[in-house]
Amino acid sequence: MAITWQKVGIVSCSGEEIPEGTISRIATRLVLEELRPDQTVTICLPLFLAGGEGERTFAQLFPTITVDGCEKRCAEIGTKKYSGKPFATIVVKDSLKKCPQLKLRSRAEISADELEFAQKVAEKIVEKVDEALGREKGTIRSEKDE
Amino acid sequence: MSMSRDKFVFVIPCSGIGKSLGSVGRKAAYTVVEKLRPQNTRITCLALLTVGDEETLKKVREHSCITIDGCPSKCSQKNVEASNGRLVRGLMVTDILRNHRDLKPQGIIKLNPEGCELANLIAEEAAKIVDEIVEGEN
Repeated sequence: MAITWQKVGIVSCSGEEIPEGTISRIATRLVLEELRPDQTVTICLPLFLAGGEGERTFAQLFPTITVDGCEKRCAEIGTKKYSGKPFATIVVKDSLKKCPQLKLRSRAEISADELEFAQKVAEKIVEKVDEALGREKGTIRSEKDE
Repeated sequence: MSMSRDKFVFVIPCSGIGKSLGSVGRKAAYTVVEKLRPQNTRITCLALLTVGDEETLKKVREHSCITIDGCPSKCSQKNVEASNGRLVRGLMVTDILRNHRDLKPQGIIKLNPEGCELANLIAEEAAKIVDEIVEGEN
């Protein structure tokens, strides 16, 4: 019997200290608000430790995708520790290696270039969401357009 | 007035990714650290505390901390407390919103002007606390 998931949890690092953390957060929100609003929910990472039973239970029952800003991989480690192995993991610094011309500067307000990069990261998240939901690849588009 | 080079106050917002209130807290923290009191404050990743990163644990144990939480879940405050950090004050966006009901924040990726104004008020409040800490330590 095949299991069909209806929701995917996206766990972003908070990443206050580095611009990559802001990118993780914005990419996650773009997926939630624009690209896959009906198929995704976000899980507040610090709530895991603060006793968010709802968050932990969701992540145990549904697939999760972690989005980390840096190689410390807090979202991935936190998810594994409190709920289970994520379906997929994304690290913004790894994606950044493919855009050597882009230098991330801002943590508070992002530039147009940085937003464009966040959109690329969001598309990568969407690929993994669709994979988890068993959708075909190559159908990334805003559900607002459908 | 500034602290010695290795003395900073850490301003730690909740990650608050699901609510506008979280974005307000994050923006307020950046305003304190980057604009209002850059010499005396630093920010650190709350997520690093949740996973028990040694370097971050050391930071919050050795330096005074101010937390800014979006909602009554108080993730930031609880995580600093659970890490035995030196919590001086925990601010909550909803408390300050109660006194400024016209400043209802909206938007998470981009805050509306009311949310930005609310963030500025919280940042000013946090900056006052930083000043008290600096005065006390000097």
